[in-house]
Amino acid sequence: MNLDAKIPEGSLEQKWENFKKTAKLVNPANRKKLEVIVVGTGLAGSSIAASLAEMGYQVKAFCFQDSPRRAHSVAAQGGVNAAKNYKNDGDSVYRMFVDTLKGGDFRAREANVYRMAECSLNLIDQAVAQGVPFGREYGGYLNNRSFGGVQVSRTFYARGQTGQQLLLGAYQALMRQVGKGAVKLYSRHEMLDLVLIDGKARGIIVRNLDTGVLERHAGHAVILATGGYGKIYYLSTLAMGCNGSAIWRAHKKGALMASPSWIQIHPTSLPQSGDYQSKLTLMSESLRNDGRIWVPLKTDETRNPNDIPENERDYYLERRYPAFGNLAPRDISSRAAKERIDAGFGIGPLKNAVYLDFAKAIKEQGRSKIEEKYGNLFDMYRKITGFDAYEEPMMISPSAHFSMGGLWVDYELMTTVPGLFALGEANFADHGANRLGANSLLQASVDGYFIAPYTVANYLSGDIHTGKIDDQHPEFDKAQAAVEANLKKLLAIGGNKTVDYYHKTLGKILYDYCGLARNEAGLKGAIVEIRKLREDFYKNVKIPGDSIAMNSELEKAGRVSDYLEIGELMCFDALSRNESCGAHFREEYQTAEGEAMRNDAEFQFISAWEWAGAGADPVLHKEELTFEVLKPIVRSYK
Amino acid sequence: MLTTLSRKMLLCLTGLFLGFFLIIHLLGNLQLFLPVEEARLQFNWYSHFLSGNALIKMVSYVLYLSIIVHVIDALIITSKNRKAAKPYQKDHRGRASKWYSRNMGVLGTLILIFLVIHFQNFWYVYKFGTLPVDSNGNKDLYQLVVTTFQEWWYVVIYVLSMVALCYHLIHGVHSALRTLGVFHPKYVRWIKVVGAVYAIMVCAGFAMMPIYIFITTG
Amino acid sequence: MKLNLKVWRQKDRESQGKLVDYVLEDLNPHMSFLEMLDTLNERLILAGDEPVEFDHDCREGICGQCGMMINGIAHGPLQNTTTCQLHLRSFTNNETIFIEPFRSQAFPIKRDLRVDRSAFDRIISSGGFVSTNTGQAPDAHALPISHQVTEAAFDSAACIGCGACVATCKNSSAALFTSAKINHLVLLPQGKEERQERVIRMVEQMDAEEFGHCSNTEACEVECPQGISVLNIARMNYEYNRALTRRK
Repeated sequence: MNLDAKIPEGSLEQKWENFKKTAKLVNPANRKKLEVIVVGTGLAGSSIAASLAEMGYQVKAFCFQDSPRRAHSVAAQGGVNAAKNYKNDGDSVYRMFVDTLKGGDFRAREANVYRMAECSLNLIDQAVAQGVPFGREYGGYLNNRSFGGVQVSRTFYARGQTGQQLLLGAYQALMRQVGKGAVKLYSRHEMLDLVLIDGKARGIIVRNLDTGVLERHAGHAVILATGGYGKIYYLSTLAMGCNGSAIWRAHKKGALMASPSWIQIHPTSLPQSGDYQSKLTLMSESLRNDGRIWVPLKTDETRNPNDIPENERDYYLERRYPAFGNLAPRDISSRAAKERIDAGFGIGPLKNAVYLDFAKAIKEQGRSKIEEKYGNLFDMYRKITGFDAYEEPMMISPSAHFSMGGLWVDYELMTTVPGLFALGEANFADHGANRLGANSLLQASVDGYFIAPYTVANYLSGDIHTGKIDDQHPEFDKAQAAVEANLKKLLAIGGNKTVDYYHKTLGKILYDYCGLARNEAGLKGAIVEIRKLREDFYKNVKIPGDSIAMNSELEKAGRVSDYLEIGELMCFDALSRNESCGAHFREEYQTAEGEAMRNDAEFQFISAWEWAGAGADPVLHKEELTFEVLKPIVRSYK
Repeated sequence: MLTTLSRKMLLCLTGLFLGFFLIIHLLGNLQLFLPVEEARLQFNWYSHFLSGNALIKMVSYVLYLSIIVHVIDALIITSKNRKAAKPYQKDHRGRASKWYSRNMGVLGTLILIFLVIHFQNFWYVYKFGTLPVDSNGNKDLYQLVVTTFQEWWYVVIYVLSMVALCYHLIHGVHSALRTLGVFHPKYVRWIKVVGAVYAIMVCAGFAMMPIYIFITTG
Repeated sequence: MKLNLKVWRQKDRESQGKLVDYVLEDLNPHMSFLEMLDTLNERLILAGDEPVEFDHDCREGICGQCGMMINGIAHGPLQNTTTCQLHLRSFTNNETIFIEPFRSQAFPIKRDLRVDRSAFDRIISSGGFVSTNTGQAPDAHALPISHQVTEAAFDSAACIGCGACVATCKNSSAALFTSAKINHLVLLPQGKEERQERVIRMVEQMDAEEFGHCSNTEACEVECPQGISVLNIARMNYEYNRALTRRK
């Protein structure tokens, strides 16, 4: 398969301009004849649905939550990056491009990364116009904080609820179009299959989660903005409902999956405290602006953290990475934490955490300043753990967080299936092997507000004579029948283990063998284990109730059945990449000091996997990466 | 069709007018605290003046209307609220608010019953009954007041009703200003205090009257 | 620890529901309340019963999807906390806990503890936005907004739309929810242009959804996970009155 990224001509700065100049347009009178399906209503989904409806297209928006406002973008805390250089600290689009590409360990496309940095400028304007209350200075101008992996302050924030505020901005824009009748909203609807007619994405099969009834929806293009699949690890910072089903089912219909094993393990989440636990709550990375990370120097430390004197503490990030210190990028911070924990220096009852200490910041800046910056995070910490972080250091540990991998898309965000687009975290595009903090809100928004409106229109311009897509087409019958059969099959198993059991077991396998550190033997073993687990799932899972009613176990079972396949692909992906880059750390490929060893000669490509049928090994395709502007260098944060 | 906010506005405006009337009513009735003979002449003259004045008459019609509108509006609001809310098997919601703010309807009903008694006691007798006259030739309402409040149970009814009125006013004034849209945090704090002081002073003032008369003339 | 649960079970919108007793033992006090329900469900599934349906998603207190009446209190005994942020350490051993859905005419019960809160979406779609299209925005610094105003707008914008205000209101009023959005937008210069139409349309939609009247009992502020101030309601009243007097 020839993976053509369709990068426009011109210098890096001109590529996006050139695309926009030459992209095909659709005349306003024709737009209302074209229907677009948007799955997912997070930042990317809401923004593209609203933007397309504003332009005059007929839009249908779907989400599995009970309201679009609940999509998991809402939970992003720290902020959103933009190269506005309002702080006069030398920031520019180019510098942001460099930081992002370097942060991603040179495993992303130059053109995509540059475009994201370029569009970041407009996003802040857009959000402010919508009424997003970003933090401001007393003079009335926008304030910034700094985030991991960069040396400038370019992160805009709305206290610790930036994702919520950005999402509400997009949600309100969406609801405005719903009110006008330009968008039809389907909450509590889950996409279960993609429908292809003549090789083009022409519709979806969804299940109404409140009634269990299957529905068909036809359109001229299908946009998946369904977020990440980090919940595959079970314990993660993601919402319980986050899933990879939409992209996975699209994958099975022909869309390639790129770099599925690149999952970011976030360094600052709350540690696991018991088997019953259902999620690990994230504490914003912004805390690392003022918090200092350390572990005791002794392995069997029993003293209260405040009683441990300075000279018996190991501020390991400051020690190992003096230039960036506590603001080292996420992959590096997480791995450094794991290194200390594995060496026996972990703290807490399960010895699985490290300290994040604010004593110095509180002493230097005063409690009220810290309260203003992080008050809600400290409150959240108290609610969950029962401890007061103003008085003693927080306990944090790494947790699965963000999937850099996702559906392979070209420069126009279109997958290998014509008419099927993937936006936001659902695609693989801009972060390379590691995402920098505050870039996910950015990517999701930029994809939805500024990129897809052009590229989707460019695609739709070829459909103005197609006419309405018929949802009675035999392909819809076929897809619906397959979905029905699958639901029946799951319900008929009637075993003796719950869906959660399989999810937890899979999560454990992935954390152990395809998490922060991977190795060949482990990955090979994991593939065998996952296959066994999947077999067991189809024999012994127990799903009560039936399909024509609300049935949350059935929903979960569908998602976990996909996870059992995605997990296997992740292991294949990790196994095939004999190098360490970003979040992908292969133990065989590290320096004497334990730093990642990238192999540009052999692995300067994006792995795009093709579904080869149930039980068969996936097929690897490569998209070679070329770096014309920024030559790959060894990433150093020392 | 009024919106929920407009219905509340109607309740608020009529309530505030009635609340304002209470101040006038209280000020006038303070004459009862004068020495007995002075009080009798003064109070009876005042009653005569009020019943004869055209302007006052007009105001009194507005007053009656306000009472009626306030009651009917409250009934409509309550019935709509009943329809909007659904009962819980176990209900502990009360922990988050004051009992009197949740029971304005009950307090209002008590006040309405009191009003009937109050009108029957004085207004009806003054208007339609036969009263002796005082040395100035005015109807001797004062004597009627004294006679009424020599009954201990009337005193109890009046005092208890004033307690109900007090709570109704504490929440009512505060709530009315919310409905009017006073949203400045600083002023809201003050208004809450002023409202409570007003409610307590007015109701204490009224409650003192039967007690004072019961003690001094009994 | 041991807990005696009385959980509302209701098959669908039309069916009659009832409280069903469950006893859970060997619970860990550090478990979250929803994890306790997970445990209950796991037990029910393995016993061949249907699990309790309840709304939840992010489990970190921000998506606003979870919400139930716990012992007659919206989101349970802790103030300003969502159900998902509640832990069993807030209860005593052997305590009896009533678990009911949020109840309101405007929030029909879908099944068990799940309710339909789409009325909130319709209130937002009636006017809870700034009418700006993608691409129309001027530079973000073209319009300075004071720190104080931004912070005040944020305080209102922080609403997570969980519906606890409605559930805890004796009148099922949605005044806090509606006013929080009205305030967020009217405080900011961008939102001032359409302040009159917005407040009138949102209030009318709120009424059309059959929410009750606000009695200013202020219970909503106490139970609101984000501590949204009741002064938002006062400001909504002001805006509404202002709009009525200026409407042509």
